[in-house]
Amino acid sequence: MVSAFKKALESGKFVVTSEVAPPKGTNLEKMGQHIELLKDKVDAMNVTDHQSSVMRFPSLGGALMVKEMGGEPILQMTCRDRNRLALEADLLFASSRGINNVLCLTGDSVIFGDHKEAKGVFDLDSSQLLGTIRKLEKGKDLGGNDLDGNVSFCAGAIVTPEANPLEPQLIKFEKKIEAGAEFIQTQAVYDLDNFKEFMDYAKQFPVKILVGIILLTSAPMARFMNKNVAGVNVPLELIDEMDTAPKGRKLDKGIEIAGRMIRRVREERMCDGVHIMAIGKEEVVPDIMDAAGLVG
Amino acid sequence: MIRSITQQKPEEEVDRLLDGLGRVFIIGCGTCVTLTHTGGETEVKAMKESLTEKGKLVTGDMVLPVACDNLTKEALNEYGEQIDQSDVLLIMTCAFGVQTIASQLKKMVVPALDTLFIGKETAFGEFNEICTQCGTCILGETGGICPVTTCHKGLVNGPCGGTNNGKCEIDDEKDCAWTLIYNRLKELGRLDAMKKFQKPRNHQGEPSPGKWKSVSLRSSDGQKV
Repeated sequence: MVSAFKKALESGKFVVTSEVAPPKGTNLEKMGQHIELLKDKVDAMNVTDHQSSVMRFPSLGGALMVKEMGGEPILQMTCRDRNRLALEADLLFASSRGINNVLCLTGDSVIFGDHKEAKGVFDLDSSQLLGTIRKLEKGKDLGGNDLDGNVSFCAGAIVTPEANPLEPQLIKFEKKIEAGAEFIQTQAVYDLDNFKEFMDYAKQFPVKILVGIILLTSAPMARFMNKNVAGVNVPLELIDEMDTAPKGRKLDKGIEIAGRMIRRVREERMCDGVHIMAIGKEEVVPDIMDAAGLVG
Repeated sequence: MIRSITQQKPEEEVDRLLDGLGRVFIIGCGTCVTLTHTGGETEVKAMKESLTEKGKLVTGDMVLPVACDNLTKEALNEYGEQIDQSDVLLIMTCAFGVQTIASQLKKMVVPALDTLFIGKETAFGEFNEICTQCGTCILGETGGICPVTTCHKGLVNGPCGGTNNGKCEIDDEKDCAWTLIYNRLKELGRLDAMKKFQKPRNHQGEPSPGKWKSVSLRSSDGQKV
């Protein structure tokens, strides 16, 4: 069964994805509101998996909720918390519930999260998880055993186009595609000229690329990312632009910048779509889409 | 030479472990912990002073030449009486030494150190963990640098997204293994090795706990006996 997201990727349209974050606890109200707001506007919604190693309601549960509410989920799966048995089992369960899009991630170190003494698993890495999905689709598990019943996924991965050094990252990117990635959502990009250069290289591969855009909410937030998030470089001009926006209008400015960037990516046909990360401000994703001239 | 790298446990933890035990015999080691200044003569002396100030009776102290050596038994015998008088042995060696000593004496042992890793001195006074004895060596495909050990996540197919200017996402004092491997393979003109997909690792190369017997001790069919 071909997922709606995969159909969108193959349609040639400019694809839009965003994300929803499961809550810390069982109160699903806010996540439900975000899903309700976005499900008919975006092509698919990533459901984050213990983002930044902070324990939360599981991505599988969140993806199921998206599905039940009529949206199209992309299940994020990191290799940090589960060994190959658990990852395979969760993929089987996802498939059984019609969750057929998966984003394969290595996962942040547990050191960054709220369970700092936990064991980081990393039994598989992101490219091996992609390979696992392709193997399950052939009816075999990683132990080489036959599976009863079929699975089919649209599998993707990430890349950091501004990693330093870049070359090792690109080798990994190529291995992910070789292992079976059909789509790539990039780490946040702010310098579109650099991104264009990346795309000149990436276009040769049979993979759909969605540029990652993180909503800026303030100048300090941008500076924080520059200092603390590997491979994210917010140029000084954008930080200044955020800084000079009037008080109380910072978020509007961030929406304007994100919209402006997405519009340029689309108009110049740089890549296949956009992945909008609003990080806690999911309710403004429709505003970003409006600013970008995207019809939801 | 490889060394057992240790650090002293927090004082409060040692105090807790010694709670209610008034008479203490302290043991250091002349090898790795002397080199790392965690359990040599100086540190044993300082521990003795600190415990005495806290009202403990230190029945004696010694620095074994090589605590993990089998000769440790004889060396301990020389201090038999002082050891007998103690309630507990406070051991300022790595965990190999602690276990060697514990197996020789009928006494509770308290380690004063945490054993961090088996490391190699890569610069004066600097030790790095370069091998975790995983049992499935892939150094032949990584230019002689071990990602299983040197990468925080033990990734075998290239860097994660946290790699930052050649450093690891968890600590900018630690090198990104995959930047090192990339640079080495590039220098050797063998980047093709990095491009090869590595299948999921066998984590049971030697199922824990490791055990090895010399060939002469094995049964005729070559199996461990």
